[in-house]
Amino acid sequence: MTWLAILGAGVGCYLLKLAGVSLPARALEHPVVERVADVMPVALLAALVAVQVFADGTELTIDARAAGLAAAVVALLLRAPFLVVVFVAATTAALLRVVFPGW
Amino acid sequence: MADPTMSEPFAAERREIVRDSLGVGVATGLYGVSFGAVSVAAGLSVVQTCTLSLVMFTGASQFAFVGVAAAGGAPLSGALTALMLGTRNTLYGLKLAPLLAFRGWRRAATAQLVIDESTAMSMTRESRGEARTAFLTTGLSVFVLWNTFTLVGAVAGNLIGNPRTYGLDAAVGGAFLALLWPRLADPRNRVIAVCAAAVALGVVPVTTAGVPVLIAGGVALLAGLLTRSATDPTELPGR
Repeated sequence: MTWLAILGAGVGCYLLKLAGVSLPARALEHPVVERVADVMPVALLAALVAVQVFADGTELTIDARAAGLAAAVVALLLRAPFLVVVFVAATTAALLRVVFPGW
Repeated sequence: MADPTMSEPFAAERREIVRDSLGVGVATGLYGVSFGAVSVAAGLSVVQTCTLSLVMFTGASQFAFVGVAAAGGAPLSGALTALMLGTRNTLYGLKLAPLLAFRGWRRAATAQLVIDESTAMSMTRESRGEARTAFLTTGLSVFVLWNTFTLVGAVAGNLIGNPRTYGLDAAVGGAFLALLWPRLADPRNRVIAVCAAAVALGVVPVTTAGVPVLIAGGVALLAGLLTRSATDPTELPGR
């Protein structure tokens, strides 16, 4: 099942790219398409941030991941590169768990 | 940038494009290491992780896929989220195609390189030659390094034991936020982001993992469709 999802989504993502470079430019030239394509990544990424940090199964929780996210915000405000942001989020959570095990 | 005397500074300009593109390629490719580590922490094998980087090859979709897996969501939810995020590459392709003008097998092969970074680096170029140089240099350097460092991250991630000890679960949220951050410069996007996050968290208690993100995507789709008349009062029906 996991393999099927990996290959299906992987090939699907390639076909989405291929469709873009193959279709005539006017095919999707419509304000609604442009706007949805603009809004979609923002909505999905924001939802992913929220769920990754504050959901634990079907419960909402605040734990070390929230502190990691706060640290990531600080890193981003300081214009840190991607890898540093990820590292700072992970290290903050890890250090907090050393102090408060099980958090 | 727009130099009227094209012949003399042409080689220098080309070198500059290659240098800038390689810089972006290295910076992006390196964070394949975080994807590799997060993916095996989510329970995927090293081979599955590397397959995602080779075949899917679009960072946000890959992080989404393994993020849903890490939360215990169904693989189908992860696949759908990845595909929804992948639709922006279709838009990139539509804009790039007339600029790059690849045909036949070259088009099929280079389509895989249509990602955020290669699009950003080639979209603003003055000529087809420059656009192709920027696109291929960025795309290929990201592809090679992203896949190499995915393997490095996956192997290392497998060796370190419980991922929570190293805060790898917190790393995923940080990664998504870093991907989202540049888009938050637009105030309208900030409103959308807050609404989407609220919708997703709101349905967490009543759905299974992976579904809240899909619902947030659905709401964004609706918002995009419904705001039509508000943002485009001059648009004529049927055009």
